[in-house]
Amino acid sequence: MADNETPQNISVPLVTVARKQPEPPVTPVSAVSEDASGIRAFLRARGSANAADRGFAGLMLLGALSLFVIVVLIVWILIQKSQLSIHAFGFHFFRSSNWDPVNGDFGALPFIFGTLVSSLLALLIAVPLSLAVAIFVLEICPIPLRGPISFLTELLAAIPSVVYGLWGIFVLVPLIRDKVGPFLEKTLGWTGLFVEPNFGVGMFTAGVILAIMIFPVISSISRDVMRAVPNHQREAALALGATRWEMIRLGVLQNARIGIVGAVILGLGRALGETMAVTMVIGNHPDISKNLFNPAHTLSSVIANEFSEATGDLYLSALVEIGLALFIVTIVVNAVARLLVWAVTRGNTAKAV
Amino acid sequence: MKFKIATLAALATLSVGAGAQNITGAGATFPNPIYSRWFSEYSGSHPGVKINYQSVGSGAGIRQVSQKIVDFGASDGPMTDQQLSESKVKLFHIPTVLGAVVPVYNLPGVNKELNFSPEVLAGIYLGQINHWNDPRIARDNPGVNLPDHQILPVYRSDGSGTTYIFTDYLSKVSPDFQSRIGRATSVKWPVGIGQKGNEGVAGMVRNSQFSFGYVELIYAEQNHMSFGQVKNSSGKWVKASTDGVTAAAAAAIKTIPADYRVSITNAPGPNSYPIASFTWLLIPQHFDDANKGKVMVDFLRWMLQHGESEAASMTYAPLPKPVADRVAQTINQIH
Repeated sequence: MADNETPQNISVPLVTVARKQPEPPVTPVSAVSEDASGIRAFLRARGSANAADRGFAGLMLLGALSLFVIVVLIVWILIQKSQLSIHAFGFHFFRSSNWDPVNGDFGALPFIFGTLVSSLLALLIAVPLSLAVAIFVLEICPIPLRGPISFLTELLAAIPSVVYGLWGIFVLVPLIRDKVGPFLEKTLGWTGLFVEPNFGVGMFTAGVILAIMIFPVISSISRDVMRAVPNHQREAALALGATRWEMIRLGVLQNARIGIVGAVILGLGRALGETMAVTMVIGNHPDISKNLFNPAHTLSSVIANEFSEATGDLYLSALVEIGLALFIVTIVVNAVARLLVWAVTRGNTAKAV
Repeated sequence: MKFKIATLAALATLSVGAGAQNITGAGATFPNPIYSRWFSEYSGSHPGVKINYQSVGSGAGIRQVSQKIVDFGASDGPMTDQQLSESKVKLFHIPTVLGAVVPVYNLPGVNKELNFSPEVLAGIYLGQINHWNDPRIARDNPGVNLPDHQILPVYRSDGSGTTYIFTDYLSKVSPDFQSRIGRATSVKWPVGIGQKGNEGVAGMVRNSQFSFGYVELIYAEQNHMSFGQVKNSSGKWVKASTDGVTAAAAAAIKTIPADYRVSITNAPGPNSYPIASFTWLLIPQHFDDANKGKVMVDFLRWMLQHGESEAASMTYAPLPKPVADRVAQTINQIH
């Protein structure tokens, strides 16, 4: 018995399973039907499917429409609060480079220039760098390094801008004044873009700090976009005898380019509106100059700097109009970027994104 | 002990319940440290009274008190006639303490304290004096080996009372400065680099060789920065100090009008430091809530009797005695 029991004991469950197998078809069905009846009961209880669908669609539409309401409200308030300055200066406001609170003469041109150039400079530095990091992490990086690099990239995105500004003042400014600046002047001084005197604060430093700030945004989004490219694209390229670089260029970048442009636009958005870090290193002097070592000023930093102490209605109104100018610049830049995307991808449907 | 605290707390809540009085003010950032201390000390000795002060800047303070958003305002610069006429409430300017602005610089290899005449200060910020070895600087600093290097002027990029005091002074001593730049909380500087806040200007000057800037006296003292002497209207070189600032206010006493809206930059007197100014509380002449008015008047009396004596320890210059006596008269008119 005892000898028999063990094999029997082992076989018993098998047998019971085997024996019970005919039963399950009954129980699952009943379970399913119970579930189904549960769902059905719920569906029956909530009345007409039509009403539910419409209600849901209406709710979603409301959410989408609220976007229009918010944007219209912002524009309306900006225009209303800048009436004084719009009436006083008209279109001249956007062409004049005079900003003189004492005599009540205001012009936005140097600020628009500063915002555009510093953001463009940031893109010039950040886009190649962030794409390189994204490609490396995804396609080339040894697995153990992948985690730390991705983590550090995202960590950069979490640092508040005032901390970037402080770091800029204490580390970046002396570095650019004493090391990078003289080197750039020696090698690229002939272009007229890097001419002494270089005080360390100025357009170039602002561009560099903005580049560091938008780098994580562009890098992590384009990494995710490239990851979404199906593997068979890579395999196909390799199977045709492509080198690794050709595989990345043809198989990955080609397919992910729309998403990458989207990532760049997001980064540009952050660069255009960035205030605190920029104002700490740009020199805050409204000046239009080809020399990138010169101090400059941006739309957002003039608002942040002067709004709280602004006295006089015209002065306040001009500052609000600066806000309006920033809004217009953002819209125009975004529109141009979208046109670019459209021009690049015309006729080609996005394959992976 | 615990019992005591408990009773005290109970008493406090009781009195809060009985005569709780919340007063809100907003304005200048420069006097914020001493105002915060005054308000918390006063609240401590007067349970139930809570004075809340937000240092949002003089401009915002003037706007908010004019619009009746806050009970009182504070400003580093006096309100203009137009601002007073547009205000929804009639306001008193109550001077509280004085501040001064000092020239700071970073000149490697020069250990001696430098002298700056008014013409030099204006010249540097007009861009007319752009090298350290300019004869106009050398003339005031005999024996100092001034380098042949470009000056980097640093100014406040944010609107500030500091800039107002400084440009007000330069406008008084230099007709050229007055016509080309003028006085305001932020102006159109022809040269230089702007930095946010006293700390921004000080940091820039500290980190950049051959730079020149202006900061609040308090800020320079608390951060142990060396600063230059300025020639006053009597032709004497004066180094800024709380005594020098109070002396300037005392010397200007005859010119102080009944509403206290006065600039005391370039004040007469051999001991007066020339780049100095009052800072004011903007108090409504009439409070709709009589209880609030009573508390406000009581606080102002407390400030004159106790608060002023604490000013010097926080490196603010207290009001000179004659001015304080006049302010006591003015306070009686608040109802």
